[in-house]
Amino acid sequence: MIELDHITKRYDGRAVVDDLSLSVAEGEFCILLGPSGCGKSTMLRIINRLVVADAGTVRIAGEETTALRPEILRRRIGYAIQSTGLFPHWTVADNVATVPRLLKWPPKRVAARVDELLELLRLEPRLYRNKYQHQLSGGEKQRVGVARALAADPELLLMDEPFGAVDPVTRDALQAELLRIHRATRKTIIFVTHDVDEALRLASSIAIMDKGRVVQHAAPLELLQRPATGFVADFVGRQGLGLKLLAVRRVAERARDDETAPGQPVPLEASLRDALSAMTERGTDRLPVADAAGRRVGVIALADLVR
Amino acid sequence: MTAFLTGAPGVLRGHPRSGVREPVLFTLLLTALTATVFLGFVSVAPNRLLSGRPVPLWVAAGTGYCGALAAIVGPLVPLCFAPPRQRWAVLTVGLAASWLVATLAALGAAAQALAAGAGPAARVSAGAAFWIMAGCSAFALADGLRRLRAGPVAAAAVALVLGGAIGALAARGTFATLSVVQEYSSRQALFAAALTRHIALVAGAVGLGLVIGLPLGLGASRRPRLQGPLFALLNLLQTVPSIALFGLLIWPLAALARAAPRLAAWGIGGIGPAPAVIALVLYALLPIVRNTVAGLSGVDPAVVDAARGVGLTRAQIFRRVELPLSLPILIAGLRIVIVQTIGLAVVAALIGAGGLGTFVFEGLGQDALDLVLLGALPAIALALAADLGLRAMAALLPQRADR
Repeated sequence: MIELDHITKRYDGRAVVDDLSLSVAEGEFCILLGPSGCGKSTMLRIINRLVVADAGTVRIAGEETTALRPEILRRRIGYAIQSTGLFPHWTVADNVATVPRLLKWPPKRVAARVDELLELLRLEPRLYRNKYQHQLSGGEKQRVGVARALAADPELLLMDEPFGAVDPVTRDALQAELLRIHRATRKTIIFVTHDVDEALRLASSIAIMDKGRVVQHAAPLELLQRPATGFVADFVGRQGLGLKLLAVRRVAERARDDETAPGQPVPLEASLRDALSAMTERGTDRLPVADAAGRRVGVIALADLVR
Repeated sequence: MTAFLTGAPGVLRGHPRSGVREPVLFTLLLTALTATVFLGFVSVAPNRLLSGRPVPLWVAAGTGYCGALAAIVGPLVPLCFAPPRQRWAVLTVGLAASWLVATLAALGAAAQALAAGAGPAARVSAGAAFWIMAGCSAFALADGLRRLRAGPVAAAAVALVLGGAIGALAARGTFATLSVVQEYSSRQALFAAALTRHIALVAGAVGLGLVIGLPLGLGASRRPRLQGPLFALLNLLQTVPSIALFGLLIWPLAALARAAPRLAAWGIGGIGPAPAVIALVLYALLPIVRNTVAGLSGVDPAVVDAARGVGLTRAQIFRRVELPLSLPILIAGLRIVIVQTIGLAVVAALIGAGGLGTFVFEGLGQDALDLVLLGALPAIALALAADLGLRAMAALLPQRADR
């Protein structure tokens, strides 16, 4: 879906992005993870040409991004940033409608799309449609920012630390929301963060960046089990590695489907870490498991976690 | 008097419970009263060039107007001591506005009464006590509006009502025998032309200033390195005294007109409206550029980044995001520029630009104060109207806090 091919960007002679190549498959949730100044935000901004690369090409669905005028390209790519950048003089509905209006959708379709997106982000349209940015909480602003990014149904979504400035509880809810949206829409997402736990929770693949290069691009589990370099191992953290491994595995992978247990069930989609947490909290070594529809489909036991 | 003075220590100590609660209003009343007692309300001269003899209010206006004024001003005295309540502030505003209108009506009546008893060349003009009383009533009105936390829209509404009342008095011929009005009557056509010319000078200069200043400000906000030299130059221009700048422009423009006769045919020359407009534009540039830069750099960079990121073009970002978000500051700049230009355009009459300044300088030359007023009063009224109007406009813009 997206190919970054030998991309270099220099500022004052220093390479911020250094001969970087990366390929992201369609429907993937790829996280660019790395310390501050590793070039991950610059790389993201090269994709929608907010930053012009000195060398290299970006291809989206086989097409070079330089084939289009930058504005036309950007209208096809969703873009959400940490400070949201909502237009303070426009209502929530106007903000979400930005790109559809630029694409000259008929007003009825725009209005319907705005309501659809506000519902998707769990913002009751009737209550939120006509609000202004200053009437929203930090989490609500981010939801509107994500809705604006998704508005014209882009094939690709770029997110630059979108949840970096909200409190932990809100961030947790927004991450869950984004995972749900990703599962529902199968959009290709490229997401920049320096937060390892956020990356492990959200990513289907993680590209670890250091000094303008991708050090390792792999699924979260592989990254934890087989770090390519000492930098990767240090960055994802040797401490609490077992808990991080539990965090990237799903209950569905280990559940036994032929048994039952009493109590409040955990969902199949939950991480093993959540299951361990629930067992510790309730003082039990067996939990019932339910599917998305709430049907009890089996059991997960403490022994399954460490298997 | 003693009754007022017992409250005076309250003014000094700002005592919360007793004494004067409204020191501003109290001071204004005291000033107006003192002026009325010791100074002439009108001044009567045998003709327009001789200086006049002051006549106090109670002699000039007669008992009717004196009683009416006392009836309006009297209730303001206890209001100085009233607790800070909304209704007392409303009452203050109403009384102060009536006071201003009554003062003007008394002036007109006094002029009529005194002119009837004097010779045909005699002139009755406003005296020191009138100006002080009118000023005090206007300040009392402004102070009352401030206490009401009235916005510019309410202030403009009050100004409109006042303007209507004064206009109605004028239409009834109340002011007809006043010297300044007689100066007007003998120059009606000239006055209309001068007023039109004045407005044209201001509109032309501000319009050109915007055409030049907005792109300059836009460029300077995009390239901050330009700001240093640009503001240095504009600040330098601003420090040149206006008369000097008008004078300085005479030589190069005269030379230009000689070199290019076609330009001279368009009215470009050393004197006349062209150099005046050029000088006014030069003065207008600093506030326009400064406010444009301030407005545009006040827009959150994250908002502009997001606008770019979702696919707005440069022009769309400017028109839909940067311009509306910086509009309040741009309008504030426009207000400063218009008020400043209305004042400076008076001076432009010195180099033959016409406008209201013509009367001012003619009056100064003839030592005829009323002729000076004929130029100065409309200029002040224009500036006040522009200021209030643009304030109200800025307040009527949809209010959207940035955060």
